[in-house]
Amino acid sequence: MALEGTKSFQFRQEREAGWQQLERLVMQAEKKGIRSLSAADVFELPHLYKGALSSLSVARSISLDKNVVDYLENLTTRAYFLLYGHQRPAGKAFARLMQFSVPDAVRSLKQEFVVAFLVMFLGVMAGFFLVLQNPDWFFTFMNRELAGGRVPGASAEELKAVIYPAEDKLNSLDIFATQLFTHNSQVGLLAFALGFALGLPTIWLLFQNGTMLGAFLALHYEKDLLYELGGWLIIHGSTEILAIILCGAAGLAIARHYVFPGKLSRMESLAIYGKKAALVAFGCILMFLVAGLLEGFARQLVSSDTGRYMIGLGFLLMWALYFLGVGRNAPEDASDDIGGEAS
Amino acid sequence: MSRKQRSYRPARKSRRILTPEGVALNVELAERGDRAGAVVIDLLILFGIMILGSIAIAITTGWANLGRFGIIMFLLFIFALRNFYFMFFELKWQGQTPGKRRLGIKVIDRFGRPLSSEAIFARNMMREIEIFLPMGIVFSGGATGVSGLMQLFAFIWAMLLVFLPMMNKDNLRAGDLIAGTIVVREPKVLLAADMLDADAKMASAKEAYSFTTAQLNAYGIFELQTLEELLRNQSAGASEKLKTAGETIIKKIGWEDPVLPHQMDAFLSAYYHALRKHLEGKLLMGNRKKDKFDTGKKPTGRR
Repeated sequence: MALEGTKSFQFRQEREAGWQQLERLVMQAEKKGIRSLSAADVFELPHLYKGALSSLSVARSISLDKNVVDYLENLTTRAYFLLYGHQRPAGKAFARLMQFSVPDAVRSLKQEFVVAFLVMFLGVMAGFFLVLQNPDWFFTFMNRELAGGRVPGASAEELKAVIYPAEDKLNSLDIFATQLFTHNSQVGLLAFALGFALGLPTIWLLFQNGTMLGAFLALHYEKDLLYELGGWLIIHGSTEILAIILCGAAGLAIARHYVFPGKLSRMESLAIYGKKAALVAFGCILMFLVAGLLEGFARQLVSSDTGRYMIGLGFLLMWALYFLGVGRNAPEDASDDIGGEAS
Repeated sequence: MSRKQRSYRPARKSRRILTPEGVALNVELAERGDRAGAVVIDLLILFGIMILGSIAIAITTGWANLGRFGIIMFLLFIFALRNFYFMFFELKWQGQTPGKRRLGIKVIDRFGRPLSSEAIFARNMMREIEIFLPMGIVFSGGATGVSGLMQLFAFIWAMLLVFLPMMNKDNLRAGDLIAGTIVVREPKVLLAADMLDADAKMASAKEAYSFTTAQLNAYGIFELQTLEELLRNQSAGASEKLKTAGETIIKKIGWEDPVLPHQMDAFLSAYYHALRKHLEGKLLMGNRKKDKFDTGKKPTGRR
């Protein structure tokens, strides 16, 4: 027939067997999962894929047979999805995440962490001294419901009653913990999400939370209950406030790398640092869960100040060890390797 | 074979993904409707599991008289489900959830790299902000911990995040932005067997026809590939279209011998093969004739 002499026909005849073998393997993997392939097939797959890919490049430039080009395009795309899709089993991926990715992401946000911490610290200072000077400031920072009877003018006994819960209040603990957890993690996530708005609302939210804390401290300072309040706060606060600051830092990181992408394009910069920020926020959700449980249970059940400080500082130390020490030597295959070896 | 035919082709949104091997592949972007549909399916499944699971927990703990323990279980169950449902399936099914699989779309890396587990965690972590936070703000007002003006801002902000995929050409949601992913349509399967079959049919052309260079210069690559599509088309109106196309070609190249209706197929096959050989030959010389209007260096004498 007329085409037998043409280069494109010869080219196709020589390579067709490889394409068909790849097609067979891809089909099987799509239907039954990549794990159903035999070891020999798994070994062959990347080679066949690369062969088909080079065929595609050649076909695009020398062949006018649209059918062949379409077929190759389709075949290589399917093989590409298979080989460069996600390969690691879910459980292993999660273990890796907790062991390497999260602490590593936290470590990469050091500068943002310092900024977020300072902003919150300034908020605490502002709230503390303003309320100390003039108690009227208190309601600027705090809404009545959250304060729950702890307002300027309350007696030391009233304040103490909240710090050391009475026995009969213990029954509703579980629901209390749930509410705290949802509330706190939403504040944290908001601080993170607002990072997309170039970080300014994040700073404001951090500052606002700081002033709330400061106002509270001032109130108890006046009644000489600072040490007791410290215990009440630190048992879960060491975890929770750290998580809020980390969330804020993650939000700031997104803003920073979007505004100043450096040598990368904005999109690439966002993809690299946004990923890290999201991993930090993910770690923070887990921290909020821990904080909620501590606040709901441990704080209500442990009413000695020393015990509260021990638990709070113990958790702080644990987080510090985890974020600063764990997973420093991540295995080199950090980015997933090509499918053949990974499965 | 007018130029108009181009606009009849479905306008697909496709993106080029550069593979690590350095070859660009065309992938078809998933439509917003499909993605919304996938999320709705997933959320329905998610809520279904939540309700069934909660009932199961309530019954078992109620039966064992462990009310308080039940509430903790419930808390952790809901927490785990809403955080890990999407992550789990996307990790397990190579970037697909049940909803995505149903609608034939999947997640890949936007820059052509392998899809890492970190990217999957990051993009699904953002759902907390894109789905659950707005839900919280809408349904439970003050429970978000911010009040007054901040509440309004939070609402506007949440809505902006929800509708982000409407505002960029790649339909990226916030999770895709920060994870560097893109959601694409799974390619339909094209089989080699079909391709060979169709070729066998086309190869039935006889060498009874021979064309002059001038006759072969009448058309370019676009017309060649349109003719190829017509010849492969097996649908009902195909022979009618072929006849029209054949008559147009005969008129244009000034073919003098009469071509009877039953010979039309063979004639067009022969012309296709001759034209392809001719154009591929020119291609090797670096001369790509795009379509019939592309005259290269030659003066536009003939129409």
